[in-house]
Amino acid sequence: MKVSYFPGCTLKNKAKDLDAYAYRSAEALGITLEEIENWQCCGGVFTTANNEVATKLSSVRALKEANDKAQPLVTVCSACHNVIKQTNHAMQNDKAFADKVNRYMAADGGYAGEAEVYHYLEMLRDLVGFETVKKKVVNSLKGKKIAAYYGCLLLRPNSVMRMDDPENPSIMEDFIRALGADAVIYARRNECCGGYISVESPDAAKKNSNAIIENAKAAGAQMIITACPLCKYNLVKSGADIPVVYFTELLAEALGVKEDTNGK
Amino acid sequence: MENNQYLREEIIRMSGVNPTKCMKCGKCSGTCPAYDEMEYHPHQFVSMVDNGEIEPLLNSTSIYKCLSCFACIERCPRGVEPAKVVEAVRLIAIRRQGANRMTANDIPAMVDEDTPQQLLVSAFRKYTK
Repeated sequence: MKVSYFPGCTLKNKAKDLDAYAYRSAEALGITLEEIENWQCCGGVFTTANNEVATKLSSVRALKEANDKAQPLVTVCSACHNVIKQTNHAMQNDKAFADKVNRYMAADGGYAGEAEVYHYLEMLRDLVGFETVKKKVVNSLKGKKIAAYYGCLLLRPNSVMRMDDPENPSIMEDFIRALGADAVIYARRNECCGGYISVESPDAAKKNSNAIIENAKAAGAQMIITACPLCKYNLVKSGADIPVVYFTELLAEALGVKEDTNGK
Repeated sequence: MENNQYLREEIIRMSGVNPTKCMKCGKCSGTCPAYDEMEYHPHQFVSMVDNGEIEPLLNSTSIYKCLSCFACIERCPRGVEPAKVVEAVRLIAIRRQGANRMTANDIPAMVDEDTPQQLLVSAFRKYTK
């Protein structure tokens, strides 16, 4: 199966591992990630005002390309996913906004929010199936106690994201269990790490991030996984003394494709 | 306090929020991860906009402290969506000429070798026009 893939700015720079492990793991599971041609940065944050148009066009172009190819659009980074999914929702539900966007994009033809957007975790759950993932595991992570860190962008606002129960999610825990490890449940797994406040007030980000790490450790976690480069940065910079890794790295390890064999 | 009816309506239009739905329970501020950084808190944004008290918000750094984590939107028992109000006030402030809070010249002092691009694009999205 082939899907359209929006990597985003960080996955081509500081988070190249997140991208490479996602690609190789998908191949091992029978899915080819076809990168959107000439994709542009999503902007990192969805601007909720309905009269912000230009800042959302890069997302619409990616959505439209996937839709033109009749492929679902898959994202890995939590921020890209949030921005693209919220933009798609606005294209479906806000006629005045969609009309303005389509006037900007006249040369590209119209778009009305038809594309289906999947986060990579949703692709594993809904297109591959965690049972299938489980069968493909060659290096079981049995005995490892792993805490899923959702952060804010994967789950909220739930009226749009519809990934999971926003206050008691299970998709990442089910992912951890499919790889053979134990999922550690803790209260702060869906609270914000501080996000971009770390450019202006690193101490504020540190306070939020520390609370998350301490909470995960108190629940027995030996490792934290995330889908978001900024979450990872904030958690690591706040002095995490347990590993904080991308979920795709864990997947690649379990599937036995962590080492690069095909030059991608 | 000046009552700014025009800006009140503009904020309501841009955000799609109806501030009169707020029942002042304070849950938005209670769950806000940036609470300690703010002079005006999410529940105050809603109530001050409803009262047309917009200027103090426009002049406060509180508009740059919202993290767009959507916790207040998710947890409001009345579906008021306070973060959308904060966002609208912030946009009105930074759309004014020369009001950018950050420029490209500020970047070198902010980055280290691990800084993800996502951090800078997100900050620019929030702090500049």
